[in-house]
Amino acid sequence: MKTVITTRIARRFEELRRAGELGLVAYITAGDPTLEASERIVLALAEAGADVIELGVPFSDPLADGPVIQRASERALHSGTTLRGVLDLVGRLRTKTEVPFVLFSYYNPVLQMGLEKFAAAAAEVGADGALITDITPEEAGDYRAAMHARELDTVFLAAPTSTEARLKLIAEASTGFLYVISRTGVTGAQNALAEELPALVRRVRGATSLPIAVGFGISHPGHVSLLGGLADAAVVGSALVAEIEKAQSAEAAATAIAAKARMLKEAARRGISRRESSR
Amino acid sequence: MSVAAQTWPDARGRFGPYGGRYVPETLMAPLEELERAYEAARADASFAAHLNAELKDFAGRPTPLQLASRLTEHLGGARIYLKREDLLHTGAHKINNCLGQGLLAVRMGKKRIIAETGAGQHGVASATVAARLGLECVVYMGTEDMERQRLNVSRMRMLNAEVVGVDAGSRTLKDAINEAMRDWVTNVRTTHYLLGSVLGAHPYPRMVRDFHACIGREARAQILAAEKRLPDWLVACVGGGSNAIGLFYEFLGDASVKMIGVEAGGRGTGLGEHAARLAFQAGFSGARPGVLQGTYSCVLQTPDGQIAPTHSVSAGLDYPAVGPEHAWLAEQGRAEYTAASDEAAIDAARTLARTEGIIPALESAHALAEVIRRAPKMKHGEIVIANLSGRGDKDMEILEKYL
Repeated sequence: MKTVITTRIARRFEELRRAGELGLVAYITAGDPTLEASERIVLALAEAGADVIELGVPFSDPLADGPVIQRASERALHSGTTLRGVLDLVGRLRTKTEVPFVLFSYYNPVLQMGLEKFAAAAAEVGADGALITDITPEEAGDYRAAMHARELDTVFLAAPTSTEARLKLIAEASTGFLYVISRTGVTGAQNALAEELPALVRRVRGATSLPIAVGFGISHPGHVSLLGGLADAAVVGSALVAEIEKAQSAEAAATAIAAKARMLKEAARRGISRRESSR
Repeated sequence: MSVAAQTWPDARGRFGPYGGRYVPETLMAPLEELERAYEAARADASFAAHLNAELKDFAGRPTPLQLASRLTEHLGGARIYLKREDLLHTGAHKINNCLGQGLLAVRMGKKRIIAETGAGQHGVASATVAARLGLECVVYMGTEDMERQRLNVSRMRMLNAEVVGVDAGSRTLKDAINEAMRDWVTNVRTTHYLLGSVLGAHPYPRMVRDFHACIGREARAQILAAEKRLPDWLVACVGGGSNAIGLFYEFLGDASVKMIGVEAGGRGTGLGEHAARLAFQAGFSGARPGVLQGTYSCVLQTPDGQIAPTHSVSAGLDYPAVGPEHAWLAEQGRAEYTAASDEAAIDAARTLARTEGIIPALESAHALAEVIRRAPKMKHGEIVIANLSGRGDKDMEILEKYL
């Protein structure tokens, strides 16, 4: 049975749909370089117009990530960040913002905490859902049950290699939104979007009525504009994390990342309007 | 084939609770494609004929089962036989699996193979098979391992493989696998990932086991011919566990045959000092069930689920997780797992060199260390088969410090 959950995520996508606006999903690795810095950065991102914030849980072996997020993970682990610490960060942020939060993690830290304990804690601190990079619907039965029991969204990935049968499975397992990986590869900025992307998004549309967010390689306002009319949201990660890496202080990182987010959000708004005008 | 052997893994790649498929979505369809291609190849007599011909004429199978008469006499207990996988082309058992997967890659139309390597033996075997079959080959290797196994790096380059140093994390096997998986997820349409142990997502643990099962099939026939009975003990080292499962598998249904897997005891029992995932009864700490690099198995990790650093003098055993089938054999009590320290392995290498005229790989020396510890306490009539999985040329830079 398809579980229908109405979290902040669903509500935000509904608002975006009504406004005819492409959403901006912003990823940062929590604890990079410290949890205190992340708190500032996330508030700045929310202020700058990020519609959903993905908080990466650092992991020692981030095999789906490119060098930028690998280094962010190392910095976060170096400052002692744990999954529990990331959950507490969400709790502190939730008193200050209503932006939807998706916990973005590899499976092992979640598994070691315990699926039910994780879901209970995530719900308690005010997170809205999770995306586990290295779990697919086939292995996700217990995880989905634990999350849905707490009315948390489970976001799954669709990839260019996903067959129609797999897209159907992914659509059935996903709630909140569906995350489409723009190209085969790891996370990280790219110059051009994959040529196959429009066809991929159309295939995913055929399998789900959920909002579709496209990520991996989205870094320029130009990319975001192109996604208008194609997807419901653009996910930007490495390009934001790179700003944190360059910055000299948490304050400078928050300022730089907010400026980048504002520029991307602006492009997201323009991208949609261009679609509307071309109709 | 025995009953127990036929049962696992199930259709979802599970050995009891262990195994499965925990990968980014991009790799799921390719894993399904690989599974179908492997099933089709298994059912195809011409594939088996081709593979067997390569194993015989190119790799040098069957390998001898040698009675280690002077080691037996030296230890004064059980009769010790060595399964001489060290005599294979490239110097270790790894070539069995590389030929199998290499032929499968050709069958699947993949022109490029990638591999990870720890000690370099799997990298050399991959590079060798790539050259033999005319495939492009890239090998990922931690920079620490490149330093301690320099000879193998040169061999891979001589064979025209590109060796890519991995400077992340602990700069060892685990990090090389991460980087190989990143390559695979990027180039998945043209590339076959030639995974080198009974690790990773389904179907790898099963497929790699099957390609190494020739070790135990031969050994079983050879010991029956030599002794007219089955052995009492099988002993093999366990990093990921490919040579061990290769020896054990054919004997799983023989209830009288006891099996011992020997992990890397490193320099101590604390987390970070060893690579013993299943030898917790021997006091090694830090292993719990978890997910690493595609499979659910026993993993050395922190309480927060971060993968722990490991240590072993032997690069091929220096890995924080173990093949899921070993985790299941351990849980059932079908095989026993213990660990040998760096020092015991080096002593064992020296003992074998001086009693039998064979310099073993440091990985295999861990198995010998356990044989040396136990054999004197065994009865004279008892029979032990130890898997001499590789030769020690690659380890001479380390061993010469202990001459």
